Amino acid sequence: MAQNLFEGTEEQMAQLLSCINAHRNEPGALMPVLHEAQNIYGYLPAEVQTVIAEELEIPLAEVYGVATFYSQFSLTPKGKHQISVCLGTACYVKGSDKILEAIERELRISCGECTPDKKFSIESCRCVGACGLAPVMIVDGEVYGKLTAADVPTILDKYMKD
Amino acid sequence: MTVQELENIAAQKADLINVRRIVREQAEKLAENTGYRKQVLVCGGTGCTSSHSLQVIEQLEKSFKELKIDDVLIVKTGCFGLCALGPIMIVYPEGAFYSQMTPEHAKTVAERHLVKGGRIVKELLYADTVHRDGSVIPFAEIPFYKHQMRIALRNCGVIAAESIEEAIAAGDYKALAKVLTSMTPDEVIAEIKAAGLRGRGGAGFPTGLKWQFTKDAAGDKKYVCCNADEGDPGAFMDRSVLEGDPHTVLEAMTIAGFAVGAQEGYIYVRAEYPIAVERLNIAISQARKLGLLGNNILGSGFNFDIHVRLGAGAFVCGEETALIASVEGKRGEPCPKPPFPAQSGIFRKPTLINNVETWASVAPIILKGSEWFSSIGTEKSKGTKVFAVGGKIKNVGLVEVPMGTTLKTIIYDIGGGIPNDKKFKAAQTGGPSGGCIPAKYIDIAMDFDNLVAIGSMMGSGGLIVMDEDTCMVDIAKFYLEFTADESCGKCTPCRIGTKRLLETLTKITDGKGEPEDLEKIKEIAEHMKSSSLCALGQSAPNPVLSAMEHFGDEYKAHIYEKKCPAGVCKSLLNYYIEPDRCRGCTLCARNCPANAISGVVKSAHEIDPSKCIKCGQCIAHCRFSAIVKK
Repeated sequence: MAQNLFEGTEEQMAQLLSCINAHRNEPGALMPVLHEAQNIYGYLPAEVQTVIAEELEIPLAEVYGVATFYSQFSLTPKGKHQISVCLGTACYVKGSDKILEAIERELRISCGECTPDKKFSIESCRCVGACGLAPVMIVDGEVYGKLTAADVPTILDKYMKD
Repeated sequence: MTVQELENIAAQKADLINVRRIVREQAEKLAENTGYRKQVLVCGGTGCTSSHSLQVIEQLEKSFKELKIDDVLIVKTGCFGLCALGPIMIVYPEGAFYSQMTPEHAKTVAERHLVKGGRIVKELLYADTVHRDGSVIPFAEIPFYKHQMRIALRNCGVIAAESIEEAIAAGDYKALAKVLTSMTPDEVIAEIKAAGLRGRGGAGFPTGLKWQFTKDAAGDKKYVCCNADEGDPGAFMDRSVLEGDPHTVLEAMTIAGFAVGAQEGYIYVRAEYPIAVERLNIAISQARKLGLLGNNILGSGFNFDIHVRLGAGAFVCGEETALIASVEGKRGEPCPKPPFPAQSGIFRKPTLINNVETWASVAPIILKGSEWFSSIGTEKSKGTKVFAVGGKIKNVGLVEVPMGTTLKTIIYDIGGGIPNDKKFKAAQTGGPSGGCIPAKYIDIAMDFDNLVAIGSMMGSGGLIVMDEDTCMVDIAKFYLEFTADESCGKCTPCRIGTKRLLETLTKITDGKGEPEDLEKIKEIAEHMKSSSLCALGQSAPNPVLSAMEHFGDEYKAHIYEKKCPAGVCKSLLNYYIEPDRCRGCTLCARNCPANAISGVVKSAHEIDPSKCIKCGQCIAHCRFSAIVKK
């Protein structure tokens, strides 16, 4: 697992600890802390979960249990550009599975994976609520709507360059 | 703040809001009082911001500077409902309805319409609002809005979503003032009961009873909770309420807190809704600042505060016991009922949980009375229902109609019908827990009980329209993929049942189905319904059962003839080029990722079925409709 070596900065750790302190005495603090930790690190490596467990005095097993239960928490790092394809019903009946296939073909990885150069990762999501634009894909928070599979290469090209 | 101060804020901004609510002639006079010659409302909901409405606002601001316009107010609102035509921009007092705006268009409208003496730019208006003779039709009179009745959405798209003053002027917190100054908790509950309001989250449980149970429960501390974990993929009414009128939810929760004896509330909202979360947080801090949340609200001595908790992408957390676990910071797994949340909920205290749309209906009931509310709708389903209409329909968006409105009115009159003259096949309601309504029931009056009677359910109000190109086996499989993925795994019938159903459906769509599979599906479904722990597992077989009932022939075609009549299931299809239509332009061959297409320029091409991966790229590129799926 050499590629998943955890590299956190001191600044990130300070951020994490101050967030834990802000929630420490709140009942049910674990979820908000995990959300913020993921914002800080981009994912939830074992090292970060251990810090949270120790600081909040919750067993590590419980932290791990919660972190793995919810699909938004990720234990693996994501690509520099995060692509997400909506597979909600409104998008699905308008062919979003074809969009996902086109992206997978273009990047030569499957949904849930990251390209070897760590540039792109693909995931599917369930409804971002932009049903009027179905089918949609989201790259780094930017929504692209009313897509056909033929639009995919042009969109990805924009992100290939940097 | 006092009730008097609240009324002062409402009075100050009343004209500003009224300009947006009433007919044009009066609006023009009113506009003179507001200090703003015109008001431009731009939708800042998720749908329109995704199609760049924020850039439209930026451009307007820029143009106003250049053109020295300083008496036109720009208002960033919540959702107008007609999401398919976003970004939407409405100019008052004329009520001019501009659709599909770009920054370029915004510049044009500023230069030609918003300047002094300017005129409506007709060519940029939503086409339905321009009469054949060229006159402009007020948008409230166009088919999309004419058949609607907005109670829960009354302020969405009317007020600036991030302004508590505008919310107050539009009537928010007026019901709270009435409750705290002139009603007892029992009177409040009696009013909600008499209104006949039923939970909009899916099950349709009488809201007043829930309030009563929570009030009657013994406990030193109680909680009020808002379920905003809108998990049905394709439903977005709760999000729109939170984005467009967050204060109505805070107000209703405070009213309920007073009625049931709770001083603390939680809003559990999907993290996938960043705009809704942001607006909620803004609204809460504004309400605290004005003393509408916190201690001694409106001088009544009543204390109430609200916290926001984010979900993290687990569908099961919409189930109330799972939601409670998640609020407590645990895995969102449901637990058996009883005890019901009204007895033992968040941190084991009596907890009242209602859905966003239910909360949004509370203040109007308090203000206008239960008699008014119960006069709307059908015998057992009172009031209105918001539907998120999506899929194969022209006017994708949010519509609110009286209970009992027919499916036909929603799809054809409001929704504008099916695009490309395709035939209506079915509508799915209730998402992954619901079922489909086939075309023969298009005249059904949509309410809680009628939908259950034909094997579907109201659910939270997602309504996905399907046309002849939708395969009902594939859709059932899609929903099973969803529930199999979202099953929390705690109970066996759901964990294994969803998996087995999905396997069987996959087998059928792969062309390997056997006649006994249909019986097997029914048997598994029966066990899941009777013995799953929560509603997720109990209702997961609904989509496949209802599709089998109404579209049995399609299932049989997959199994006996190994054919997909709708042309969706890949394993049962082959791509084929019609030689007499093909012009030999080579576009398909150049775009085929599998190099499966051969042929020379200007003569008919051919697809090699052994190489074809059935991705559909050729069809997407062919300009002569020469490629067919058989």
